[in-house]
Amino acid sequence: MSHRALWAATCLAALSGPALADDVTTFQLQNGMDVVVIEDHRAPVVTQMVWYRTGAADETAGHSGIAHFLEHLMFKGTDDLAPGEFSATVEAQGGDDNAFTSWDYTAYFQRIAADRLDLMMKMEADRMRDLQLLEDDVLTERNVIIEERKSRTDSNPGALLNEQMRAAQFMNHRYGIPIIGWKHEIEQLDRQDAFDFYNRYYAPNNAILVVAGDVTPDAVRAMAETHYGPLQPSADIAPRTRPSEPPQLAERRLTYRDTRVSEPYVTRSYIAPERDPGDQADAAALTILAELLGGSGTTSLFARALQFGPAPKAVYSTAYYDGTSVDDATFGMLVVPMPDVPMEEAEAAMDAVVAKFLETGPDAEDFARMKTQIRASEIYARDNVEGLARKYGEALAVGLTLEDIKGWTAALDAVTPEQVTEVARKVLNRDRAVTGWLLPKEEPAQ
Amino acid sequence: MKMFQIAALWLAFAAPVHAAIDIQTVTSPGGITAWLVEEPGIPFTALEIRFRGGTSLDDPAKRGAINLMTATIEEGTGDLDSQGFAKARDSLAASFRFDADEDTISVSAQFLTENRDQAIDLLRRAITEPSFDQEAVDRVRGQVLANIRSDAKDPDTLASRALRELAFGDHPYATADDGTAESVQALTRDDMIAAHKATMTRDRIYVAAAGNISAPELGPLLDKLLGGLPATGAALPGRAPMNLTGGVTVKDFPGPQSTVIFAHEGIKRDDPDFFAASILNEVLGGGRFSARLMTEVREKRGLTYGIGSYLVGYDQAEMLVGQFSSANGTVGQAIAVIRDKWARIANEGISEAELTATKTYLTGSYPLRFDGNGTIASILVGMQMIGLSPDYPKTRNDKVNAVTMEDVKRVAKRLFRPDDLRFVVVGQPEGVVATD
Repeated sequence: MSHRALWAATCLAALSGPALADDVTTFQLQNGMDVVVIEDHRAPVVTQMVWYRTGAADETAGHSGIAHFLEHLMFKGTDDLAPGEFSATVEAQGGDDNAFTSWDYTAYFQRIAADRLDLMMKMEADRMRDLQLLEDDVLTERNVIIEERKSRTDSNPGALLNEQMRAAQFMNHRYGIPIIGWKHEIEQLDRQDAFDFYNRYYAPNNAILVVAGDVTPDAVRAMAETHYGPLQPSADIAPRTRPSEPPQLAERRLTYRDTRVSEPYVTRSYIAPERDPGDQADAAALTILAELLGGSGTTSLFARALQFGPAPKAVYSTAYYDGTSVDDATFGMLVVPMPDVPMEEAEAAMDAVVAKFLETGPDAEDFARMKTQIRASEIYARDNVEGLARKYGEALAVGLTLEDIKGWTAALDAVTPEQVTEVARKVLNRDRAVTGWLLPKEEPAQ
Repeated sequence: MKMFQIAALWLAFAAPVHAAIDIQTVTSPGGITAWLVEEPGIPFTALEIRFRGGTSLDDPAKRGAINLMTATIEEGTGDLDSQGFAKARDSLAASFRFDADEDTISVSAQFLTENRDQAIDLLRRAITEPSFDQEAVDRVRGQVLANIRSDAKDPDTLASRALRELAFGDHPYATADDGTAESVQALTRDDMIAAHKATMTRDRIYVAAAGNISAPELGPLLDKLLGGLPATGAALPGRAPMNLTGGVTVKDFPGPQSTVIFAHEGIKRDDPDFFAASILNEVLGGGRFSARLMTEVREKRGLTYGIGSYLVGYDQAEMLVGQFSSANGTVGQAIAVIRDKWARIANEGISEAELTATKTYLTGSYPLRFDGNGTIASILVGMQMIGLSPDYPKTRNDKVNAVTMEDVKRVAKRLFRPDDLRFVVVGQPEGVVATD
């Protein structure tokens, strides 16, 4: 019944582990570029990803959205490629390409027949250092990202609430600013802003190459040395020291009303520790906590307490956590009440589940089932080599090590019920949280 | 730009790429046929089962019954209630997904080799002996009702609903298969049992498996899993009418953007001109950055974040459909650009260069689809349902390459009919006039 869920349910993806160690090879080029090769010879296909260790949280004040804007502009040409020629060339070889930006990283990828990897590397290396931009292309593309913001955020009351909640959660850290940027700041971004960001962060020693598919490490090494090897490293990649949060002293709450809301809901977001290099035990325990509380629409604690029984309080409930970030992450939960259940009551019921869990800890049977799924997730994960490429790229881009990545499943498997209770007691504290209500607004009289 | 000419030359001599998958046909002792791609490398199997008919088999007085039934089928069987079933499934680390659309009910399962028999037995119990407990029906009904309320405020859904209503007359395709709040409220447990009996039957099953299972293992498994289903189900609906006419429909909806769907009649999958039509649509409305609509509406003018068009083939109807969103102030300009490009491709066709590049794209990207057991099983079932043979992945690219410039010119005139385009605009567009 998960397909009946109103919102994308958190799934077991967070639990899935990396490829078996012997399928993964890593090395570094002399200019400092990290390389990861994940072999999967089932089909003659390859994915190339280049991850830059920079994202929206590295932007300077007043320039929100520039990391994402630059990602779009990276398709607008170099000294060797006309605007649009990058994608046109990938497509003319039967491949697909795209890119994405987060707070901590920006990544570019192509998926193509394995014998065309060399050309992909040649082009990706070219745009790492030789971007060229025409003023007109920059202005037109700015309209595209304004339309993107309208589609993704401004047309979506839930996304608008989420944006407000993050801004309340992070008072000082740039995780509080939307990746796509505030509209009034996007409208002011220009060609020079893009080049400033590009010159500061796009260099081989700030990048990770991940190649996954029907390739051998030796072949990848030879191609990478040919194409990425000659690129000059940057001497002044700044360490990622972002402004840290002051202690949160009081609960933060907000209510957003919008005429386009049909299903009101309450959602809560707590500050939570992220995975740290060499220390991911708390993050592993939080990942399991999210699964226990809200991972399944049937058997999770929220589902059982709120969606079942003679007078259910909720139509839908979930909890989620993703600890793969440079700085502190968030632990989230969300409850959509039944139409006749007031929001206060839904929130109280959600809090009652949390309070009871903090007192009793995990149920032994639930815990054992979860461990079975964790071990199996390693098998299923091997079927999705692109997913593996993303896991490696993302984790390396936020500063985790290969040992952390390879040890993630073991870290999950090692979590004890006591650790889950302990981390829950530490993190699930309303004085360190933001609570949001999304409510419908009456249509104004015509 | 010179460096890439060399690369292109080299690639011209690269070996043609074919989808390398090897499809076996397996018939069970009980007579159920399945397609199989064996992939022993990872110890699990993906199994995809589909039943033709889907929600179009709803009794019109009970619209939404098949959708609710499919969403409730996993909520208990025999001595297992919802909780018990989910726990049993999770303890095996198996995953089962049940879905319904206008043409099919689908069951997507993945299970480990180490406990395959137990997983199949559990799935069998859900498929053939679902409990449909009143408590579960009521709970899932609440979720469906929430979806129905939510859809009523979702501009994408509003636009596609309006288009279907205009297109499909009194065929089931014209109405939402979730049903309405009223029809879903009225559904009973007996309706679930009837919907199950009418749809999940042996006369309309299509099956594919991919992964760590052999043909001799798969045959008996199919009989065990599906042999207990009824032999025959409800009659399939006939062809849907195509009532779309050229024009503009506007539906008021608050927000900064208008969401637009545009469409006219499409082309049948088994039409001899289907591949020429696919190439033409890829040139005009492919999701790629170099497709014409993407270039004209996004890249050159910045009027949208994304635009594409698709040859949609239902069992009983075909449409050529496009979609985008644009600021209320610029949506009129975007519509004008689309009309112009539609007329242009109809009159002028495409260039030699576009034909060649698009063939390379379509043939090169085809093998990339077969990426993982679940995807392969799903593609294989889809192929069976549209009547393709198991050797299709090996011959498909030759069919694309066989399309000539003459074919494309002829088909462009037939496929793109600018005067027949219907635009459905959901938003508060400025300067867009409704024609009806």
